[in-house]
Amino acid sequence: MSIKAIQISKTFGTFKALENVSLEVPDGKLVSLLGPSGSGKTTLLRILAGLEFPDSLETSRVLFHGKDVTAAPAGRRGVGFVFQHYALFKHMTVESNVAFGLNSLPRKERPAKDVILTRVCELLQLVHLDGLGGRYPSELSGGQRQRVALARALAMNPKVLLLDEPFGALDAKVRKDLRRWLRTFQEEIKVTTIFVTHDQDEALELADEVVVMNNARIEQVGDPQTVYDRPVSPFVIEFLGNVNRFVAGVGSETKDREKDVLYVRPHDVELEPEDHETHAYALKAKVQHVFSAGNYGRVALERVGTREPFEAEVSRERLRELDLVPGRVVSVIFRHVRLFPKGEFLEADIRDGSLVASTSSFSAKTMYS
Amino acid sequence: MNSHRHSKQHRVRSSALPQTRSATTEAPWVRTVLISLATGFLALFLLMPLFTVFIEAFRSGISAYFSTFEDRFIRHSIRLTLLTAAVAVPLNLVFGVAAAWAVTKFDFRGKSLLVTIIDLPFAVTPVIGGMIFILIFGAHGYLGPWLEGVNFQVVFAFPGIVLATTFGTVPFIARELIPVMQAQGRDEEYAAMTMGASGWRTFFKVTLPNVKWGLFYGVILCNARAMGEFGGVEVVSGKISGKTNTMTLQIQQLYFDYATVPAFATASLLAILALLTLLLKNIVERLSGRES
Ligand SMILES: Nc1ncnc2c1ncn2[C@@H]1O[C@H](COP(=O)(O)OP(=O)(O)OP(=O)(O)O)[C@@H](O)[C@H]1O
Ligand SMILES: [Mg+2]
Repeated sequence: MSIKAIQISKTFGTFKALENVSLEVPDGKLVSLLGPSGSGKTTLLRILAGLEFPDSLETSRVLFHGKDVTAAPAGRRGVGFVFQHYALFKHMTVESNVAFGLNSLPRKERPAKDVILTRVCELLQLVHLDGLGGRYPSELSGGQRQRVALARALAMNPKVLLLDEPFGALDAKVRKDLRRWLRTFQEEIKVTTIFVTHDQDEALELADEVVVMNNARIEQVGDPQTVYDRPVSPFVIEFLGNVNRFVAGVGSETKDREKDVLYVRPHDVELEPEDHETHAYALKAKVQHVFSAGNYGRVALERVGTREPFEAEVSRERLRELDLVPGRVVSVIFRHVRLFPKGEFLEADIRDGSLVASTSSFSAKTMYS
Repeated sequence: MNSHRHSKQHRVRSSALPQTRSATTEAPWVRTVLISLATGFLALFLLMPLFTVFIEAFRSGISAYFSTFEDRFIRHSIRLTLLTAAVAVPLNLVFGVAAAWAVTKFDFRGKSLLVTIIDLPFAVTPVIGGMIFILIFGAHGYLGPWLEGVNFQVVFAFPGIVLATTFGTVPFIARELIPVMQAQGRDEEYAAMTMGASGWRTFFKVTLPNVKWGLFYGVILCNARAMGEFGGVEVVSGKISGKTNTMTLQIQQLYFDYATVPAFATASLLAILALLTLLLKNIVERLSGRES
C-alpha cells in the first residue's frame, strides 16, 4: 500500500514540530526517516499511524493507497507500529502479546482460538523466536524483545509497517544482524515500511529511499546513493557520513571572493610527503594523530595557518608508505570538494592539478582560503 | 519512579565525592546518637501506644475482652464503620483511577490545579470538611430545606458519614497511582490502540494490570484511613450510639464513660487493622518489586 502525506503541520503549544511536510512512499518500499534528535521524525510517524493528528484536518492529508485516512483512528488504519522501547505488555506472555490484536477483534471477526494460536506460532517462527512463546518480556534479551514487538505488529497483516528507531536500544553487533534480517524479511513480505533512525549507516544500508529531516522539515528525499553523493544542503552533507569543513572558497579570483564553507569527505583527502611536487590546489597540514586500527587508517590533521582540524582516510598500505608521525607536515590534496554558495550546490573534482567542475554553472579557477 | 530514585541517589553520591568524608564514615558517636534517637522516638510514640492498647484491652482477661463484642452498640458501630468503608473506598477507587488516568494520560488545561486539589484533604483538617458538609446539607444549610422536602437526611445520618469519610480519603488512591502511571508512559496504550483494541479493552487488559500493585496498595491505605476517620465524622454524625456512632466515635464515648476495657477492646480492632495494613503493604511491595 502506498503512503502519501500532504502538507502536514503539527504544533505543540507554540512549538512547531512539523512544518508543511509532504512525503510519498511507493508501495512495498522500505523508507528511512533520518534526522537529528527533535527533528520531528517520531511526530511524523505517529501522525501516519493515527496516534497523533495534524493541526488542520482540512489542509493536511494522509492517504493510504489513495484513500483518505487523515482523521481515521489508529485502530482503523491497518498499520503495524513498533515503538522505540518496544512497549510490550509486561504482564503478558510473548504469545499473548502477539495474539493481542487478533483477540481484540469483534467477536464475529475473531478467529477461533486454535487458529489464533497457529498464527502466533507462525509469526514467532518468522522472527526466529519459536519456543519462547511462554516467556514474559522481562525474560528476554533486548534483541528478542524487539522481534516480539515486530511479530506483534505483523499479527494483523498490516499493509503498512512503521518502526520508530527499532534498533535504537541495542548494541552494535545485534543491531547489524537485525538490520540485515529486517531487510530480507521486508523484501519477502513486501510490506510498505517506514523506519525512523538517527543512525546514518543504518539508513544508508537498509533503505530504498532516505528521507532526511531537520528542524521540522524534510531536507532531502532520495535513494542512499543520491543523498550521500549529491546532498542538497550543508545540513545533509554534514549529517550523512563524516565530512571535513573548511572556511574557504572555490571561484574565479577576480570576483565573488566571499568565503564559503567547503566540504571534503575524509576519503577524498589525499596525503603526500611535504616535499612532494604540489599544485595550486594543495595545502599544508600537520599530523595530529594516526589511528591505524580498522580497515582504513584515519589521520587527524591540522591545517597550517588557519589551524582548522580535519580528517583523512587512507589505506593501510599508504599509511605505511607515508610513515606518518604526529607533528610531521604533509601536503594535502582534495580529490573532490563540495560547497553551497547562496543555496546552490556545487561540486568539483581536482585532477592532475586542474579543477574539473561537475556543475555547469561552475566557473571556478582556483581554490583560495 | 524507580529510575527517578536512582538518579537522585546518583546525584547525591557524585556530589559527595569531592568531600573527604562521606556520611557513612561519620564519627561513630554521631551514628549511635542518630539511630537511638530514631528508635527511641518510634518506641515512645508508636510502639508504646500500640502495646498499651492491647494491655488495656486484656486487663480484665480474655473473656471480658470478647464479651465486649456482644454489646449491641459496639456491634452496631463496627457494622457502621465497615459499611462506611464499603461505600467510601469504592467511591475513591473510581475517582482515584479516573483522576490518575486523566492526569497522566491527557494534557488539558487546569491539570496542575486538579493535582493540587486532590491533595487538599491532606492539607486541611477533616473537621473543616465535616463543617462544610453541615453548611451545605445541614438543616440550616444551602440544600437543607430542599433535602428535608424530599425527606432525605444527610447530616446526622449515614450519607453524611460517608461524605465526610470519602472527603478525608480522597488523595490516597490517586496519589499512589499517579507516579506509577507516569512511570508507565503511554506507549503500551498506544500499542493496544494501533492493534484496534477498544478503550475499555485497553483499560482492563493493559492499563489496569500494569498498575495493579499500586492500586492495591492505595486501596489498603484508603481503607485503613476510612475506618480510622474521626474528626470529620464527629462533626457530621451527631454521635448517636447505636445509630450514627462509628467505631472511633464509639471508642471515644466508651472511654469518656469510664468503660475502659470495652473502649480499648474496640480500639484493639483498629490496631489490628493497622498491623494488617502494614503487613499487606510489605507483601505488596515485595511482590511488585519481584515482578519488575
Ligand atoms: N506531546 C508533545 N508535547 C510537546 N512537544 C512535543 C510533543 N511531542 C514532541 N514534541 C516536540 O516536538 C519535537 C519533535 O519531536 P519528535 O519526537 O518528533 O522528535 P524525533 O525526531 O523523533 O527525535 P528523537 O530522535 O529524539 O526521537 C521535539 O522538540 C519535541 O520536544
Ligand atoms: Mg523519536
